[in-house]
Amino acid sequence: MLTAQVLYGLTACVIVALGLRGALLHASLLQRVVAINVMGAGVFMLLIAVAYRGPGLPPDPLPHALVLTGIVVAVSATALALALARRLHAEQDND
Amino acid sequence: MNTTSLLVFDGLLLFSIVCLAWASLATTDERRSVILFMAFGLVLAVAWGRLLAPDVALAEAAIGAGLSGALLLAAVRKQSPGSSRTHANTDRNYSGSGAKVALQWLITLLCAALAGTLAWALLHALSSAPHDTLPRAISDNLVASGVSNPVTAVLLNFRAYDTLLELAVLLTAVLGIFALGQTTPGYQPAGPVFDGLVRWLVPVLILTAGYLLWVGAHAPGGAFQAGATLAAAGVVLRLAGRSRIGLPDGFMLRIIMAAGVGVFLLVGLTLLLLGRPFLGYPPAWAGALILLIETAAMLSIAATLLLAFVGGQPQSAGVNAAANRQHEENSRC
Repeated sequence: MLTAQVLYGLTACVIVALGLRGALLHASLLQRVVAINVMGAGVFMLLIAVAYRGPGLPPDPLPHALVLTGIVVAVSATALALALARRLHAEQDND
Repeated sequence: MNTTSLLVFDGLLLFSIVCLAWASLATTDERRSVILFMAFGLVLAVAWGRLLAPDVALAEAAIGAGLSGALLLAAVRKQSPGSSRTHANTDRNYSGSGAKVALQWLITLLCAALAGTLAWALLHALSSAPHDTLPRAISDNLVASGVSNPVTAVLLNFRAYDTLLELAVLLTAVLGIFALGQTTPGYQPAGPVFDGLVRWLVPVLILTAGYLLWVGAHAPGGAFQAGATLAAAGVVLRLAGRSRIGLPDGFMLRIIMAAGVGVFLLVGLTLLLLGRPFLGYPPAWAGALILLIETAAMLSIAATLLLAFVGGQPQSAGVNAAANRQHEENSRC
């Protein structure tokens, strides 16, 4: 077990919990989207920490590819969520 | 670098990551939250570099911090300034009654329990013997994949299905955005200093995108990083108040939006007709096919991210465009 893996992995767990708490407790839709993104970053960190094999050794490329896919999916989900929030605000203003 | 100084570096990096995440979520000011989130993303990119994941670091800096931040900041701007700057009612709502305080604590405790469970699972996984069947299979078959960057090989060859479906997700998201409403109003025309910067920056960004696409075959880079850089060129143009931001009109735009999924499927189906498995490239052609798919994917990703920033379907040749074209001609003189 590598020190870096443990350190980064445990930090990732903390970030996932922080993000989930923010997503559940914030009233502002925009900040909920930010919180979900923070939570996603925690998941990415967990995967990258597991992929790390120590200095001088090539890391496992499979989790790296999964995280790359995840980053792009996260940004498209964020864009859709923001468009939904904008439409929701527009509807509320009309009422 | 010796072990102690590396440990100190790790400690400082992780401390700042947790602090930035906390600060970004603790504030009730939306603008401050978004800016802290962008800083969080950039420090995260340093962490990816530290863990020898340069491909992910590039994508995080360009997409996670850059374009997500631009989207979120644009969303803060769109809401009316009076009502959205602070959500003062959040805290008051929760600190108002005892039941809500109790609920808040319950949620915090459950989230802490989640962190504990995750940490237990992680330590359990790390303490068992490492499974290196998959990494070994990847490095053994890298020669036949057509590229020498293992991450690109996984994305475009070994697990090409994932990337195909990811491009479909992007297309679906942009169609959802089209369905939800109009584009947001453009920005004020830029002053001379910013306008001068834009003239230099946009060609450099386009060139960088091309470089990242090409270099992805054997070094960190690839279609995602290239697409995000290309989209950033469009975002800069829009921030400078230009009406033409590099997106084509009407039918051509639809073709570019669908190009990533379309070319991917076309290659897969052609291979099926030739008697090979779906997306099972012949090793001699793999490099060329991957470059073809990545080029189409880059254009689709760039168009999608830019359309997400614009906020909807651009109207073709409106009155706005004419006015802005006039401005561009004036500034060119």
